Amino acid sequence: MSTATRSVSRTIGAHAILLTYTVIALFPVILVIMNSFKSRAGIFGAPLTPPTPKTFDLIGYTTVIGQGDFIHYFQNSLVVTVASLFFVLLFGAMAAFALSEYRFRGNSLMGLYLALGIMIPIRLGTVAILQLMVASGLVNTLTALILVYTAQGLPLAVFILSEFMKQVSDDLKNAGRIDGLSEYTIFFRLVLPLVRPSMATVAVFTMIPIWNDLWFPLILAPSEETKTVTLGAQLFLGQFVTNWNAVLAALSLAIMPVLILYVIFSRQLIRGITSGAVK
Amino acid sequence: MAADIRPKRPFRWHIGIFLAPAVLVYTAIMILPLAGTLQLSLFRNIEQHQVFVGLQNFRTLFGDPNWSVGFWNALRNNVWFFIIHMIVQNPIGVMLAALLSSPKLRFAAFYRTAIFVPTILSFVIVGFAWKLILSPLWGVAPHLMDIVGLKSLFTPWLGKEQYALTALSLISVWQFVGIPMMLIYAALLSIPEEVIEAAECDGITGLSQFWKIKLPLILPSIGIISILTFVGNFNAFDLIYTAQGALAGPNYSTDILGTFLYRAFFGFQLQTGDPNMGAAIATMMFLIILGGVCVYLFLVQTRLRRYQF
Repeated sequence: MSTATRSVSRTIGAHAILLTYTVIALFPVILVIMNSFKSRAGIFGAPLTPPTPKTFDLIGYTTVIGQGDFIHYFQNSLVVTVASLFFVLLFGAMAAFALSEYRFRGNSLMGLYLALGIMIPIRLGTVAILQLMVASGLVNTLTALILVYTAQGLPLAVFILSEFMKQVSDDLKNAGRIDGLSEYTIFFRLVLPLVRPSMATVAVFTMIPIWNDLWFPLILAPSEETKTVTLGAQLFLGQFVTNWNAVLAALSLAIMPVLILYVIFSRQLIRGITSGAVK
Repeated sequence: MAADIRPKRPFRWHIGIFLAPAVLVYTAIMILPLAGTLQLSLFRNIEQHQVFVGLQNFRTLFGDPNWSVGFWNALRNNVWFFIIHMIVQNPIGVMLAALLSSPKLRFAAFYRTAIFVPTILSFVIVGFAWKLILSPLWGVAPHLMDIVGLKSLFTPWLGKEQYALTALSLISVWQFVGIPMMLIYAALLSIPEEVIEAAECDGITGLSQFWKIKLPLILPSIGIISILTFVGNFNAFDLIYTAQGALAGPNYSTDILGTFLYRAFFGFQLQTGDPNMGAAIATMMFLIILGGVCVYLFLVQTRLRRYQF
């Protein structure tokens, strides 16, 4: 592409705007993490400076770890997220395979039916979901959350995965059929490994809203035993609202795992978005 | 496809088995409760029995001042919430994407990654972090404004009725600007180079190239972003709940449909929870979102298709 017409000043301008916005995007996060390692005097005296040996203090973290049952909340979140993710990917991929591979009556209708959930949020069914969970005795269990999140994640997963499965070569699958492989073997041994990159994309898209959700843990599983880290942090922050060390430490503890995962998987995520998975 | 060549074939059980788990979970946990909620909105609990009352709950919602004032307030606030997103989030997203997609820009990957960070954080973190920053107690916001000489403009925005909703909308914009940025960025990257080259041959470069060539080509993506924003905004709850509590203070000035639904359904303080009224509000939200999606699908998308390749 020709660059002759682009002037240096335009490049500088672009960098200036992007850099400004990057600062705006990262400033609150950095501010919170930075101040979580300071003493109370440090937090209020010089909020904008990084912790110095004089202001460094881990009192916030010791309070959080001593008071809140964060490790346990963390486990709950992990169980819910991983289990939901597993079911979304497995069931989603199976349904996507059926829709993209076979022609049968009602195929496109079924696709449309499953795609409804992309636009209509599952939250609107909360009243009846709660009744359903009460009736089946699943209130205050992680199973309830896993079921809801599986249903929530499936529409987008089916939609994205069937787009990708259409691209898997027919010759390969037919070769498998000639060799006498069953349809199940073709799916699990041939197709699934080939769509692994898109599965990773779907995984990231599914994972973030589940990990961050506050609504369903609040309504379906608010008990001490089943609190997720998001709900736990919310309640903890409400209780300790005047203990700034503890609040900032709790916020940092909630930010850091997500941030670390994001830094590891950001390439995958961004490739997923920009590869036209969402058209 | 090979399956079609064979004339008479036995019933293909495997299709059913592949589809069954997804369809069952989706139907049982999503579609049936959704339908159940719509149905519940037509019933009322009278002496421990669910009695069919037709549209009576909606008449209460719109006619009884105890409900209608709150409902219209929440709806109005929700519309304002959406408008702020449309006029702030999406233009900023488009601008950032346009800058990012300029060829041979250095550090593009870094900017992209960094600007997307807030989007992955949970509302709880975002709501609380901003609450702390804007708090007059901590003084970060007034201090920063002092640096640029605007300290006199500082007020505790989240605590003032006239500013709180706008402040929260802007916080939400801050969090989600990464999504329009990414989607527009993807759309800009997918514009064929020939089109850009042809434009450059005709002497259309820089800003006019963006307005005349690229913008019309990415309009479908802007349409998708608008509808995603619409659905997300009319379904929002977490940020308001985290930052202002279920009462959406000060004085309900930040109440949106999500928090209104929560209070109606669960009850809060003096008000007892009412699943049927909750269902009625959820039904209204469903109709609003469905209306928006239909407008998009039948009016916007069909007209936009003309610009696609």
